[in-house]
Amino acid sequence: MSATDMTHDAAVELSGLRVAFGKTQVVDGVDLRLDRGQALALIGESGSGKSVTLRSILRLFPAGRSRIEGRISAAGKDVLALDKRALADFRGGDVSMIFQEPLLAFDPVYTVGRQITESIQRHEKISAQDARARALALFERVRIPSPERRLDNYPHEMSGGMRQRAMIALALACRPQVLLADEPTTALDATVQIQVLLLLRELQRDLGLSIVIVTHDLGAAVEVADRIAVMYAGKIVEVGTARQVVRDPHHPYTIGLLRSRAEGAMDKGSRLQTIPGSPPDLANRPPGCPFAPRCFLAEDRCRREMPPVGTISPGHDVACWRTEEASAAYRAGPQPVAVEMA
Amino acid sequence: MLLYILKRLVTVTPVAFGVSVVCFLLVHLAPGDPLSAVLPADATQQTIDEMRSAYGFDKPLPVQYAIWLWHVLHGDLGVSIATGRPVAQEVGRAVVNSLILASVATLIGFTFGTFFGFVAGYKRNSLLDRAASALSVFGVSVPHYWLGMVLVIVFSATLGWLPPTGAGPDGSGNWRPDIEHLRYIILPTVTMAVIPMGIIARTVRALVADILGQDFVEALRAKGMSEFGVFKHVVRNAAPTALAIMGLQLGYLLGGSILIETVFAWPGTGFLLNAAIFQRDLPLLQGSILVLAMFFVALNLIVDVMQTALDPRIERA
Repeated sequence: MSATDMTHDAAVELSGLRVAFGKTQVVDGVDLRLDRGQALALIGESGSGKSVTLRSILRLFPAGRSRIEGRISAAGKDVLALDKRALADFRGGDVSMIFQEPLLAFDPVYTVGRQITESIQRHEKISAQDARARALALFERVRIPSPERRLDNYPHEMSGGMRQRAMIALALACRPQVLLADEPTTALDATVQIQVLLLLRELQRDLGLSIVIVTHDLGAAVEVADRIAVMYAGKIVEVGTARQVVRDPHHPYTIGLLRSRAEGAMDKGSRLQTIPGSPPDLANRPPGCPFAPRCFLAEDRCRREMPPVGTISPGHDVACWRTEEASAAYRAGPQPVAVEMA
Repeated sequence: MLLYILKRLVTVTPVAFGVSVVCFLLVHLAPGDPLSAVLPADATQQTIDEMRSAYGFDKPLPVQYAIWLWHVLHGDLGVSIATGRPVAQEVGRAVVNSLILASVATLIGFTFGTFFGFVAGYKRNSLLDRAASALSVFGVSVPHYWLGMVLVIVFSATLGWLPPTGAGPDGSGNWRPDIEHLRYIILPTVTMAVIPMGIIARTVRALVADILGQDFVEALRAKGMSEFGVFKHVVRNAAPTALAIMGLQLGYLLGGSILIETVFAWPGTGFLLNAAIFQRDLPLLQGSILVLAMFFVALNLIVDVMQTALDPRIERA
């Protein structure tokens, strides 16, 4: 199976995905495709709709208060067409999820081992002993020290890194094809973050997993992902291979994210660049490009019309009227940027 | 766990000691001579003095306390001035009656309280939630002796379905779980259950709402758990707090049911206390207060131990 073969069946495919809570259009027309065995990172700042996009793959929203439109297919299933029973089988069985804060994502009054065997026994006809044996093997697989003893720990008795490993073990318990990770390293220490990312990468390769990882940390995205999609105000503004997006960005927002990183190319005495302003109010979306009010390249057209998605090179798509200028500005290096606030 | 229980028992001892001091002193603070109630008005000074020394009231307070405590530790609560019967026997019988009343009332209150609490917590802001909340506010705020009288008027006086007062056909005592006796227990327990029901319903509603908002519930759904599977987790998380509230309510009902026991003439501790106060029966008063206070201390201990057993986050050390 070739990863570049775009006609091959996808692990996850979203088309025209729109999610609204009441009047707030949180996800506004997302098209996204993840090939089997690949890892995709969704990046963007808080409120960009990346976590909602991720959760929509499992339909993890209360039924009455949300509206999902478009098409979602994951692990070969049409997610929006699943009935209640099939959805429950699909969750954790075909597609599973790891959460940002593992301390909160485990039930505090059950042992971690019990929560893993509970999941296995929910999805498969299996004896308690066999389920426990599988949980033990999973703990070994994610390299939790003294796994036998740790299975009987309560979540609060573990360290943060160990809890996230246990969370990963739980997510893998029923051998899913797709793993969704919602900011899996944000709550962890810097040294533990990289271990967890490397573990995810290793599991993806060894088990042939497809991973969608949501993060606001570009470094983490580059570490695990084959492809990166940048989200802003509920839309994907740039998507490409990790290399294309990080080395050759064509959207001013991506450029802003790259420049506002503290690590790497900071000269002594230079100021950290930031993106001025804040994300738009999603309940009152202005016409045109949602990033225009904060963009250093914005012109009249940007404020009037939403730019269409254009292809820069195969697999590298950007939604911007001024990709050429943006790319040129990035290659010219950091410079004082003039910003008109709307 | 056993070590934890032992440790808790040790820490309870000074509390129990303090309670005994307060019990003893409290009745001495009250005005009125305990003997004036039993002695005839024209008793000679000599008779009064003899009685005083017979009951030990002529000795200084600390000595009286030491003697009293010594007897109490040997299971002797003294003799009732009014009836001449041993206090331990009087209190013992009353405690059994009150315990029956309080347990049944707590059970009713807990059953309905948790039911309404869960319904309200799951269907927040729905019509059901508002109805359950209104009912629990009513339960907490209605004066229960008044409710008792209303129930008596409706079910005994008007409809004639249930007996208005007493603990059984033979008036009092020797309660047995047969149909005849059960008919007597319905009105007082229902009246009594209204308060714990309201408090438990409100607590459970808040608990359930809080638990359903936690991340782990979303994580449970994300791993494919059914609604019933999620519900089991919610129950397990709500149980320690709900049981603690239930235990404390049982304690309150054991000692705090003076009004209800008086309205229904139920021969329990509240009824006994009421009588002891009006007759200035000092040994009986001290004895019953002490027993009730010890019940409360013991209940708190049991609740603590139960919570520790149910919630792994509470340190066992």
